[in-house]
Amino acid sequence: MKYYDLVIVGGGPAGLAAAVSARDCGIEDILILERDNELGGILNQCIHNGFGLHTFKEELTGPEYAARFIDQVTECGIDCKLHTMVMDISVDTETGSSRKKVTAMNRTDGMFEISAAAVILAMGCRERSRGALNIPGFRPAGIFSAGTAQRLVNMEGYMPGREVVILGSGDIGLIMARRMTLEGAKVKVVAELMPYSGGLKRNIVQCLDDFGIPLKLSHTVIDIEGKHQVSAVTIAEVGADRKPIPGTEERYTCDTLLLSCGLIPENELSKGAGVALSPVTFGPVVNDSLETSIEGVFACGNVLHVHDLVDYVSQEAAAAGKHAADYIRHGNKKHAKTIEIHSTDGVRYTVPKYIRPTEMSDTLTVRFRVGDVYKNCSIAVYFDDTCVSRRKRPVMAPGEMEQIILEKKKLGEYPDIGSITIRIEEEGGNLL
Amino acid sequence: MYDVAIIGAGVVGSAIARELSKLCGNFCVLEREEDVCCGTSKANSAIIHAGFDAVPGTKKAALNVRGNAMMDALAKDLDIPFRRNGSLVVCTGEEDRGTLETLMERGQKNGVPGLRIVERDELLSMEPNLNDDVICALFAPTGGIVCPFDMTMGFAENACINGVSFFLDTEVTGIEKKADGYSLLTRRTDTKASETIDAKIIVNAAGIYADVFHNMVSESKLHITPRKGEYLLLDKDAGTHVSHTVFQLPSKMGKGVLVTPTIPGNLLVGPTAADVPDREAVNTTQAGLDFVAKTAGRSVKNIPLRQVITSFAGLRAHEDGDDFIIGEAADAPGFIDAAGIESPGLTSAPAIGELVAEIIRKKLSLRENPAFVPVRKGVLRPETLSMEERNRLIAEHPEYGNIICRCEMISEGEIMDAIHRPLGARSLDGVKRRTRAGMGRCQAGFCTPRTMEILEREVPMSIFDITKNGFGGTIIVGQSKEA
Repeated sequence: MKYYDLVIVGGGPAGLAAAVSARDCGIEDILILERDNELGGILNQCIHNGFGLHTFKEELTGPEYAARFIDQVTECGIDCKLHTMVMDISVDTETGSSRKKVTAMNRTDGMFEISAAAVILAMGCRERSRGALNIPGFRPAGIFSAGTAQRLVNMEGYMPGREVVILGSGDIGLIMARRMTLEGAKVKVVAELMPYSGGLKRNIVQCLDDFGIPLKLSHTVIDIEGKHQVSAVTIAEVGADRKPIPGTEERYTCDTLLLSCGLIPENELSKGAGVALSPVTFGPVVNDSLETSIEGVFACGNVLHVHDLVDYVSQEAAAAGKHAADYIRHGNKKHAKTIEIHSTDGVRYTVPKYIRPTEMSDTLTVRFRVGDVYKNCSIAVYFDDTCVSRRKRPVMAPGEMEQIILEKKKLGEYPDIGSITIRIEEEGGNLL
Repeated sequence: MYDVAIIGAGVVGSAIARELSKLCGNFCVLEREEDVCCGTSKANSAIIHAGFDAVPGTKKAALNVRGNAMMDALAKDLDIPFRRNGSLVVCTGEEDRGTLETLMERGQKNGVPGLRIVERDELLSMEPNLNDDVICALFAPTGGIVCPFDMTMGFAENACINGVSFFLDTEVTGIEKKADGYSLLTRRTDTKASETIDAKIIVNAAGIYADVFHNMVSESKLHITPRKGEYLLLDKDAGTHVSHTVFQLPSKMGKGVLVTPTIPGNLLVGPTAADVPDREAVNTTQAGLDFVAKTAGRSVKNIPLRQVITSFAGLRAHEDGDDFIIGEAADAPGFIDAAGIESPGLTSAPAIGELVAEIIRKKLSLRENPAFVPVRKGVLRPETLSMEERNRLIAEHPEYGNIICRCEMISEGEIMDAIHRPLGARSLDGVKRRTRAGMGRCQAGFCTPRTMEILEREVPMSIFDITKNGFGGTIIVGQSKEA
C-alpha cells in the first residue's frame, strides 16, 4: 500500500485548485486521481469563453482556464494518476488510525490501495438523464444530455443531428443551442419546465436571443417519436402544477433532443464511504472547513453543490485544500462548538451547513441558491432571533448562486448563539 | 436447404435453436432486428414464475412449471444470472383471502412446490417494506429473477457455437409452401437485398408477429393483440427495498403491478396492461407511467420513485385463446408454431424449446449431435473476482483496468468481450444488454462516446454506422464543421 498525506479524487477545476492550495499550505505529499486521460475535467469540452472573469480578470475558454491550474499543478510537481478510476473510499482499519483507504484501478497498475491522511472529494457532477425525467415516448438514437452532445461536437468533431429541440435551459443546454447553430444545425426551440430559466442571464442573451432561438418557459416534452431515430418531439405548456395542459401541444419534427435539466453531484463514492449527504443538494453536508461527516474527508466543487461559475469552484476548492492541510498538520478540532445554519423562506440550502465560531476563518463565504425568482428582495441573516444583516438584491434567480459573508469577529459578539438563519425577505423585512 | 428455419431470435426462438443444436441437422434463425433479444424478450418483468398463476391443464401451466424446474441446470450450463428470491402475492383485505387460497390451490394443481400462505407477522419479517395493511400472502419459494438478456444470449450463443446459423437484420416478408417444405422470402433491413431461404420445417417464434406468419400458411387463423406493459426501473440504491418479487392479488382494484429486485440490483416496478393496435408501439405513455407509480404503493410502501433511472415498455403477444399455441399447424404440415407466448413466456422458454425440438426430432428422425457442447460462458465480470485475480487479469489484458461505464463500473475488456463473442454486439444497445455499460444511473451519458470508439476499433466499423438499436438509427450524422 502506498501512503500519501492527501489524496484528491478528481482532476477537474475543483481537484486542481484544491491540490495547488494544499501545496501552498505546505503539504508535499499529494496525489490527484483522475479518471479521464487528461486533467481539467469538464472544462476541456467547454470551448466557449467567459471563464475566469473573477479569478483572472479576463475571459478565458474552458481549456485555457484549466491550463492555468494544470500548469501550477505541474510546476509544483504534484503526483497525478490519469485514466484511473477510484472504486472505493473507506476508513483504513488496518492501521487503526483515522487514515482513509482509497482503492483505485487503471490499466498499468491494476487495482491498488492507497492510504491517505486526508481525502478531498472533487468528483464533480453528472447530468440528469431522460429516464430520471420520466419523459414518455420511444427510446431511439438522437436523445442526448447536452454535455454528451458537447463532448461529441467539441472533442470528437461529430454532429449528433441536424434539427434540434432542447429541453431545459440549464447553462450547458443554452451553450449547446448556440454551438449546434454555429455548426449548421437548426435549433427549433428550447423548452423549460419552470417559469424561469435555470441558466445564467448572460447565456440566454448570448446563446438564444442573439440567434433568434425561442425559449418557451413553462413547457415540457410530452412525447418522443421514432423507434430507432428521433423523428419528432411534442412539447406542451404546463400549468402551475407543472402538468401538461391539454390542447397546448406543439409537434416539432427533429432528429435530436438535447436535455439540459439539471446536474446531480456524483456522490456514489461518498455514499460508499458513509459520508452524510444533503437531500437538497445531493452533495455532502459540510462544516466551515468543508469537512464532511467523516473526519479528514473534505469536499469541494460540483460534487458538493452545483455551481454556476467555475471561479467559485476554484475559490471553494482552494479553501478545501487549505483546510485539509490544516487537518493533516494539526488534526481535527472535534470538540469545538458547532452551530447550524438554517435556510428558510426561499433559501434552499447553504454550503456550509455547520460552522464552528471558534475555529472558522476570519471571514467565511456561505453560498446558496434561492428556490424561485425574487425581485427587490433582501437576504437577511439572523443570529438566533436577531437580524444582523439585510442586503437588498434587485433580482435573485435559482440559476445564479448567492452568497453572504460571515465574520468571525461578529459571531464572537454572540457567544451564546444557538443557530444562524438565512432567509429571503420582502422590502421592509416582511417574511415571504 | 435447411432442415429447420426459425423465425425470431427472441428467448423462445433462441431456446428452440439451442435444443435443436443438440441434434444433427442444418438449422438457421432469422431475425429482423440487428441483434438477438430485441423484442418482448428484452422488455418484460424478468421473472422466473413459480407457476401458480396459469389455469391448470393449459400449456401455460405445464410449460411454466417445467421451465421453472429447468432453470437451475440451465443457469449453470449457460452462465445465466438467476436467483430464486421467492415470490409473494400479497393480500390486503380479508375479503380477498379466498382468492389467495384459490390461487394456492391452482398452484398446487399445477405442481408448484412449497406453496404456503404466510401470515402478517412472518410476512413483515420477510419483507418489512410491505404496505401496512397487508394481512397475508401466498409465498412461492421457487419464484425467481433472471437476466432476460443473458438468458436469451445464453441460448443463442450456445446454439451458434453448436452450428446454428443466425441471420440478423433479416426480415421474413413471405412464406411459400413447396413440395418438400417452405420457401421464406427475406429482405435485409440494412441493404434491402432479397433472398429466399428454403427449409423443410419452419418454426414460428415471431412473438408479436407470430399470427402474421401463421396466417400466411394456415386457414385456421390466429389473432395476436399487442398488450403493452410499461415499467419504471429504479437506481441500485433502491434495489434492496424488497428482496422478494411482490405481486398484488388481482382484486376489484384491478390486476395491480409487481415490485421486484432485478439481477443487477435495481428495483423494477410494473407493468401496465393495455391493448394497443400498433405492433411497434414500444413507447411509454404518461398515463402508463403514472399508473405504475400510483399502483405500486398498494403492496409496497415508500418506494423511492425519485430514484427512477429509466422507463420502458414491452409488448406481450396475447392470442385470443389466452394460451400458448405450440405445435404443427393442422393444415400446414411442417409449419410449427410457438405463438401467443406472453407471460409466463420467459419462464416457459426452456420448456418450449424442449417441446418444439422433440416434435421436430420425431418428424425428421434427427439423430443426437455427438459434438454438442452444452456450456457457454457469459461475459467475464471482473467484479466477481478477488483483487489478486483481477490484477492477474489486468496484467494480461490491461483493458480490464480501464473503466468505461462509470455508473456500472464496466471495463473496456468487458465491452471487447461483448463484441468478440459469438453473435457479438454491433450497437450501443447490443453492448448494453451484454455488459450493462450504459444501463446505470447516468443512462449512457458518459460512456456513449467511449463505447462508440471501442465499437469502431474492435468490430471494426465506421463510427458513422454505429446505431443505438439498428435500422439506420445512427448516433451521429456527420462531422462538425471544424473536424
